[in-house]
Amino acid sequence: MDKNFAVRRRRDLIVAAVLAGLAALAPLFIKDVYVQNILILTLMYAALSQSWNILSGYCGQISLGHALYFGIGAYTTELLFTKFGVLPWFGMLAGGVIAAIIAMGLGYPFFRLRGHYFVIATIVIAEIGLLLFQNWEWAGAAMGITIPVRGDSWLKFQFMRSKLPYFYFALALCCLAWFVTWWLEDSKWGFWWRAVKDNPEAAESLGVVVFNSKMGAAAVSAFLVAVGGAFYAQFLAYIDPESVMGFQFSLLMALPAVLGGIGTLWGPVLGAAILIPMTELTRSYIGGSGRGVDLIVYGALIVAISLALPQGLVSLFSRSKAKGATR
Amino acid sequence: MGLLYGLIAVGLALIFGLMDVTNFAHGEFLMIAMYLSFFLFAFFAIDPLLSAPLVAAAMFVFGAVVYLLVVRFAMRAKANAGMVQIFTTFGLAILMRGLAQYFFTPDYRSIPQSWAGGKTISVGGIFLPEPQLIGAAVSILAFAGLYLFIHRTDFGRALEATREDPGAVALVGIDKNRVFAFGWGLGAALVGLAGAIMAVFFYIYPDVGASFALIAYVTVALGGFGSVFGAFAGGIIVGLVEATTALVLPPSLKSVGIYAVYLLVVFIRPRGLFGSM
Repeated sequence: MDKNFAVRRRRDLIVAAVLAGLAALAPLFIKDVYVQNILILTLMYAALSQSWNILSGYCGQISLGHALYFGIGAYTTELLFTKFGVLPWFGMLAGGVIAAIIAMGLGYPFFRLRGHYFVIATIVIAEIGLLLFQNWEWAGAAMGITIPVRGDSWLKFQFMRSKLPYFYFALALCCLAWFVTWWLEDSKWGFWWRAVKDNPEAAESLGVVVFNSKMGAAAVSAFLVAVGGAFYAQFLAYIDPESVMGFQFSLLMALPAVLGGIGTLWGPVLGAAILIPMTELTRSYIGGSGRGVDLIVYGALIVAISLALPQGLVSLFSRSKAKGATR
Repeated sequence: MGLLYGLIAVGLALIFGLMDVTNFAHGEFLMIAMYLSFFLFAFFAIDPLLSAPLVAAAMFVFGAVVYLLVVRFAMRAKANAGMVQIFTTFGLAILMRGLAQYFFTPDYRSIPQSWAGGKTISVGGIFLPEPQLIGAAVSILAFAGLYLFIHRTDFGRALEATREDPGAVALVGIDKNRVFAFGWGLGAALVGLAGAIMAVFFYIYPDVGASFALIAYVTVALGGFGSVFGAFAGGIIVGLVEATTALVLPPSLKSVGIYAVYLLVVFIRPRGLFGSM
């Protein structure tokens, strides 16, 4: 088994490198700004979902409050940028570190909770964050922050003329999240997390420090999501509490991983690659009527995929592989 | 107000708390019920309080059908059943919201005058709005009824047994799907009652459910899963906390108090106040 695992890991890495290379070349052929926009969002959701997957998929602590970290990343970056003139690159790191610290601070009481009690606690804490930001005058309250234009440069991470730099950053972030997951999968942490997910009592008795491994997963996951939030804020050049910290966002972040395959390396990427273009296309082609047809289609598709493939889309691949093995 | 939250939560307590099925479409059930009583009023001029039993009956059928058509299959999932339930019902919620927008348009609607709407009763010098009082009374009755139903009837025992061990239950001749379909029907009927009463004094629009659903989850979890009495107590606490918070903080922050109390309670008692699971 060990040998197969090593072979599989090497193959995963090669496939990822090829895919990333192809994605990097995509803008040479795709000049349409609308399509580029969809690609950027797809990559961003893939990165977010991959990060969410570390805590919720691998470690089994289902969080539906990750919008909190996303919002913290976005707000830290923009508050530092607009109020103190700190470059977004530093804001991004600061946001990530703050989010990771908050995640660990919250983990201290939260990780004692099990099942529904934990999930509801994560929803509730994100909701508190949302309400506080909506009422925080200095941070723009419910109106949010419009990011002023300070020039078109990598230094300030603002690009007016072309969306391509955003595309490459999103691609890099997606690769980073994937690579971190890939690397952790085979580390001590990865094995601990799976043990914690399957049976925390047994893991504890075998010497896994359950609490610390949950904390580690929460910190990594929150950091990456916050960096994603910082990116999103620079990309849209406008943020408000509802759009970066709302409950919907927590679900949207989890959805690609769940549809693609929760707790798997490829699930989030696969889920995002199918879900996000679908969402955007239904929204722009049939959502214009304002009568909610896009919601009907979107909702029906989510129900259909969750029912038809409870293990996610990756199970399609492993099923065909399993057949090949028995032959 | 607390008893109203209780009334919304009681249906959820049955589905979420007693059957251990996550239902993220509970708020949308409420929304459908509110529209039902609105249309009964608009087309047939039936007062929402009189049509409440009709709405409850319709919602019973609706809940049972949703279970049989969709949720039944979500529960069959062998791996990560929890996530499948969450996202199936979430998809269902979006679907229902979309349908509501399509057929009813996103406009805000309200029931202009009803038998009890806008009236107040003076109790010892304090004026209380009548619809809220009726809601409170119905809420207490609904809880008492559900409590007796779960603890005193064969069905209640069958329901709990089915949650505990569906396999063993099948051996003694109980059909899991019939029990759960009935449970879903009943849960939806209870939220139907809540919707009919709330239609009198809330605006009705496709997204109305979302604002109440989260409070309902918190109410159920605060009281503790698996306990009808817990959900009732949770409802009262939530109402009191909200009223107290509104005195101290600006109204837009009133929910913060509820959430903070939930966190405080589960940090001290990780199973909620009266939970058994």
